[in-house]
Amino acid sequence: MVLSLTLISLGASAALGFVYELTKEPIEMTLLNKKLDAIKQVVPEFTNNPNDDMFRLPTGDGDSLEVYPARNGDKVVGYAVQSYTNNGFSGYISFMVGFTPDGTIYNVSVLEQKETPGLGTKMVPEGTPEKPEFKDQFMGKNPADFTLKVKKDGGQVDAITAATISSRAFCDGVQRAYNTFEKGDLK
Amino acid sequence: MEYIILIISAIFVNNIVLMQYLGVCPFLGVSNKVSTSVGMSGAVMFVMVLATMVTYLIYTYILVPLGLGFMQTIAYILVIAALVQMVEIILKKISRPLYQALGIFLPLITTNCAVLGVAILVIKKNFNLVEGIVYGAATAVGFGLALVILAGIREQLELVDVPSGMKGAPIALVTAGILALAFMGFAGLV
Amino acid sequence: MNQLQNFTKGFLKENPILVMILGTCPTLATTSSMINGLGMGIATTFVLLGSNTVISMMKNVIPDKVRIPAFIVVIATFVTIVDLVMQAYVPSLYETLGIFIPLIVVNCIVLGRAEAFASKNTVWSSVVDGAGMGLGFTAALGVLGAIREILGSGSIAGLKFISGDGILVFVLAPGAFLALGYLIAVVNKINKA
Repeated sequence: MVLSLTLISLGASAALGFVYELTKEPIEMTLLNKKLDAIKQVVPEFTNNPNDDMFRLPTGDGDSLEVYPARNGDKVVGYAVQSYTNNGFSGYISFMVGFTPDGTIYNVSVLEQKETPGLGTKMVPEGTPEKPEFKDQFMGKNPADFTLKVKKDGGQVDAITAATISSRAFCDGVQRAYNTFEKGDLK
Repeated sequence: MEYIILIISAIFVNNIVLMQYLGVCPFLGVSNKVSTSVGMSGAVMFVMVLATMVTYLIYTYILVPLGLGFMQTIAYILVIAALVQMVEIILKKISRPLYQALGIFLPLITTNCAVLGVAILVIKKNFNLVEGIVYGAATAVGFGLALVILAGIREQLELVDVPSGMKGAPIALVTAGILALAFMGFAGLV
Repeated sequence: MNQLQNFTKGFLKENPILVMILGTCPTLATTSSMINGLGMGIATTFVLLGSNTVISMMKNVIPDKVRIPAFIVVIATFVTIVDLVMQAYVPSLYETLGIFIPLIVVNCIVLGRAEAFASKNTVWSSVVDGAGMGLGFTAALGVLGAIREILGSGSIAGLKFISGDGILVFVLAPGAFLALGYLIAVVNKINKA
C-alpha cells in the first residue's frame, strides 16, 4: 500500500522534473522579454541590455527594488525602477517607472494589476493628445516639485473618477520608485 | 493596525467567496441549512488555518531551498488531504454528533478550492507566517459569514414559490449574485 | 452506452458545470471574457484527458485504500505540467487565469471523473469520457464567457462593437453568479423538454 503510493509519487516527481527542465528556459525567456518590453516603454531609447546591468537599491522602509540602467552608448539615458504597491483596490500592483537621470518621470508602465475593470484599470492605458488618459499626467513631471498625491489628499494628481483608491495606489508605487531612486543618489 | 486592515479586507472587502470566487462549491452545497453551514464553517476555519501554517513552512523551508518550487501544487494538496483525514479522525473521537452532521462534507473540504487557494495566495502575497495565519483565519470567517447569510436566505426561499426551472442551484446563484452586489458596497472601507 | 453517447453526454445531459454543478469556482472566475473561459476549459480538458488515461491504465494496480491520494498525485502532476507549459508558451493567458490553473487540481470535475468513471472503465472509454466532459465544460465556459463579455464589455473575443463600457457588473463577481444561475436554469429547461 505504502509501496504503491511511493512508486506513484516517484513516477510523478520524475515526470514533473522532466517537464520542469524542459520548460525552464522558455519560461525564463518569456519573463525576461516581458521585463525588457516594460523597460522599453518607460525610458528613452537604449543600446545596452538593462537586465545585465541591473542592481538593487533599498527603498528606505525595509524593502529593495530592482533598478535597470538604460544606456545609449556610454551615456546613461534613464533608469527603469521596478516598483509596487500593496494599496491597490484589489491589492498588489507592480509598475515599471522610468526616470531620466535628473529624476524626471519619463513614463510609467503597469506590469501587474487586478483592479476593477472600467475603473481602476483606467490606470493602464496611455492616451493621446486628443484623448488623454490617467497616467499621461505623470510624464515629464519631476517628483521633486510635483506632489505625488491625489488632489483630495493635497497633491497635484487628478485621480481617476470613482477610482480614488486605485489612483492613490498608483501614486504610492511611483513615489516608492522615486524615493528609492533618490536614495541611490543616481542623479 | 495592519492586521486589522488585513482582517477587515479578508472578511468583507475581498470576501473569498463573493469576490474571489473561491469556495463556491461548498457554498452552494451546504448552504441549505443554517446549522450545517455553521458546522462547516468551523471545520473549514480549522483546516484552513492549519493548512496555511503547514504549507507555508513546507514551501519556505523545504521546497524553495531545494529548488523544488514547482512541486508546490502536489505538496500542498497532499498536505491538505492529510490534514482533512486527521480532522476526520479527531472529530470522530471527540464529537461524534458533529462528525455525523457534517457527513460527506468533511472529506469534501479537501477539494474546497478556498483552502488550497488561500495557501497559494499567502505565498503570492509575500506574507510572513503570522500574517498568513491571520489571513487564513480571517478568510475562513469571511467564508463562514457568506455561507451563513446565504443559508439564512435559502431557508426562507424554501417557503416561497420558486419557478421550477430556477429551483436549486439557479436561484441559489442568483441570490449569491445579489449578495455579492451588496458586498461590493464594502469597497473603499480600507 | 456506445462511445458516441459517452462523448456527447458531457455536453448537455451530464454537462459537468451546467447540470452536475461541479467546477463552479473556475467557471465564475475565468469567464469575464470568452477567450479566458475557453482557455481555462482547454487547460482543464488537458488535465482531464491525462488523468483519466493514466488512472484508467493504473486502475488495477492502485490499492483501493489509497486510491484517493493516488488519484490526487496523478491529477496534481498533470496540473503542474499544464501550469509549466502554459507559463512557458502562453504567458498572457497564464497570467490572466492566474491562481485558477493550480486550482484545477481541486476541480471536482477531474477528481469526480477519476473516481466515478476512469477507475472503473477501459482506457479508451475513459479517454472519450474525459474528452466529452472536458469539451462540454469548455463549451459551457465559452458560452458563459461570451454572454458576460457581450453584456459587460460590449465586445466578443476582444473585438468591441460598442464604444465605452457595457453593463460592467457582468464582468464582476455579482454578474458572474447571476449569469451562471440563469444559464443553468435555461439548460434545465432544455434538458426537461
